[in-house]
Amino acid sequence: MKMKEPQLIHTDVLIIGGGTAGCYAALTLSSRSSLSVVIAEKANIRRSGCLAAGVNALNAYITKGHTPRFYADYVKKDADGIVRDDLVISMSEGLNRVTAVLEQLGLVILKDDKGEYVARGPRNIKINGENIKPLLAGAVEKASHVRILNHVTITDYIVRDNRILGAFGFSMRDGTVFEIRARTVLCAAGGAAGLYRPNHPGFSRHKMWYSPFNTGAGYAMGIRAGAEMTTFEMRFIALRCKDTIAPTGTIAQGVGARQINAAGEVYEQKYGLTTSQRVYGTVKENQDGRGPCYLQTEGITEKQDEELMKAYLNMAPSQTLKWIEAGVGPSRQNVEIEGTEPYIVGGHTASGYWVDTSRETTIHNLYAAGDVAGGCPQKYVTGALVEGEIAAQAIISRIEHEDNVELLTAEEETQLLRQKAAEYTERVSDTDSLFTVEQLEEAMQSVMDTYAGGIASQYRYNEKQLELAERRIRQIETLSDTVTVRDWHELMLLYELCERLTVCRVLIAHLQARKETRWHSFAENLDYPQKDEAWLKYVNSRMKDGSIHIIFRPLVKEGERYEHTN
Amino acid sequence: MSIRIEQEKCVGCGQCTEVCPGSLIELNSTGKAYMRYPRDCWGCVSCVKECSFGAIEFFLGADIGGIGSKMHVEKKKSYMYWRITTPDGEVKTICIDTQKSNAY
Repeated sequence: MKMKEPQLIHTDVLIIGGGTAGCYAALTLSSRSSLSVVIAEKANIRRSGCLAAGVNALNAYITKGHTPRFYADYVKKDADGIVRDDLVISMSEGLNRVTAVLEQLGLVILKDDKGEYVARGPRNIKINGENIKPLLAGAVEKASHVRILNHVTITDYIVRDNRILGAFGFSMRDGTVFEIRARTVLCAAGGAAGLYRPNHPGFSRHKMWYSPFNTGAGYAMGIRAGAEMTTFEMRFIALRCKDTIAPTGTIAQGVGARQINAAGEVYEQKYGLTTSQRVYGTVKENQDGRGPCYLQTEGITEKQDEELMKAYLNMAPSQTLKWIEAGVGPSRQNVEIEGTEPYIVGGHTASGYWVDTSRETTIHNLYAAGDVAGGCPQKYVTGALVEGEIAAQAIISRIEHEDNVELLTAEEETQLLRQKAAEYTERVSDTDSLFTVEQLEEAMQSVMDTYAGGIASQYRYNEKQLELAERRIRQIETLSDTVTVRDWHELMLLYELCERLTVCRVLIAHLQARKETRWHSFAENLDYPQKDEAWLKYVNSRMKDGSIHIIFRPLVKEGERYEHTN
Repeated sequence: MSIRIEQEKCVGCGQCTEVCPGSLIELNSTGKAYMRYPRDCWGCVSCVKECSFGAIEFFLGADIGGIGSKMHVEKKKSYMYWRITTPDGEVKTICIDTQKSNAY
């Protein structure tokens, strides 16, 4: 296997992940400071992260006549109280500011005769988002003092005395091993897909809602380094078009389609209209023998049909292809819907790093933004941009006001790099191991599906099942130590498997800790099927010496702020 | 969910290998692009849009109901012409004006 000379890089700021939040943080740092920035991205920032295919609308925007508080109230209601008000309100206040920047970068946003954005609903606006990622990435490529390392996957933080000193990674293209030493690190590595068996486990196993390349690296590195995490038990399950797993919101909001069961009855009012209730209602209707469920599109006009075909080409082309293959569009056939497998994703629910209002984690000088940051659901694209901006601004003032404490000597740095390079190459062998990454990934997904509330168990679980899940995941973790790989690409896949296993362990511990059912489907605990006001608190956790410790924290309510005290 | 790369049309420029968010496409020994991990494709069609030679086509896997239609895109100025060829050879074109917002 090829291996180049290992590289030691020094920078003021390391950004892990050049997706939505990471790119925007880089732009902010570049325009507001002269700090040196390195972005480490495991693909190429041009189309990496969640925005690869494009996006159908900007779903977090303060429309005319509304206030940031209006948005924050919606977020809080949707999560049934388990959000950080300080984080949600500071995110809401920045939504329109970053939208204006997106428009300057070239994003097409629909305007009316008076030059005002046209609302799609009370909280969103209409765009052509096919090229949103290339627009963002293009600006980053032109930004001064920003160095982009494409195809570099980051595997571990360097932490001393609970202070971040940088990270290790490798190029999956040429095998260069990197030690990137940084005064501050922003983790923007995205959430975790692929924990549970997906809707279609075969050839189309990666036809999922969330990016299958977001494997929880950001969470896992933090968990192993002892960072505090919050609300992993609030899983996210998306309600999607059957098979293509394309968005349903465009149809529901665009042409006002309602959710109906096989008998044609509108069922959504029966279960409630929060994000989790919409999924739960669909699951229940199927359970009770009234499936399949649909979005009622039959009878929309030919023109609406045509516009939907176009809208989907700009964000989920598979759905347009599906309609064309069927020979009938949505105007003549209702669109079947289903729930996806569960994900951990802080841009939609509240799972992620426990951060303060500057988005600093409990590890000194390590910040988190976007899907890795907890406490602040319904960020969507614009909220992730705002968090990138907030974290970048905090990093600028931290570096300005804090002396650089050097905790590593040049010799130690070199020694660490040498050790890490040896650790990577140790896993590479021409002899196949008994178990492969793929086998263990399937084993993990099967365990989570069966015992931790996957699709097969209609998202439900009980304590006995979670115990079993915990034991089996630990067993698979042990087996993962024996896996060898053939090249750098496969080494990345092995790291991704280990990241997912770490996230699974924390997720199970959180599901065990919240002894109530606050969000149907997202966390459906059959031993505790009711909601209980005593659980209006956060379930947090921290890994110490390989064990997960649960911490309960009181809610941060309207008007309150949480700041780290240690 | 995957793509098919036509070897005769591929010029080996490597743009698809660069842009795939999963780094799933590689160049083979003859310098042409091939899909190394078809089962890991997300279906984002970044590669289809990136290919200036129309060499990459997107299709739906049979496990999600695909029947063999193939789709690629041609870009002209600010327009994207999506061309879908059905199994019986019929070609359907949908034109997207990239300067125009989605209606929904």
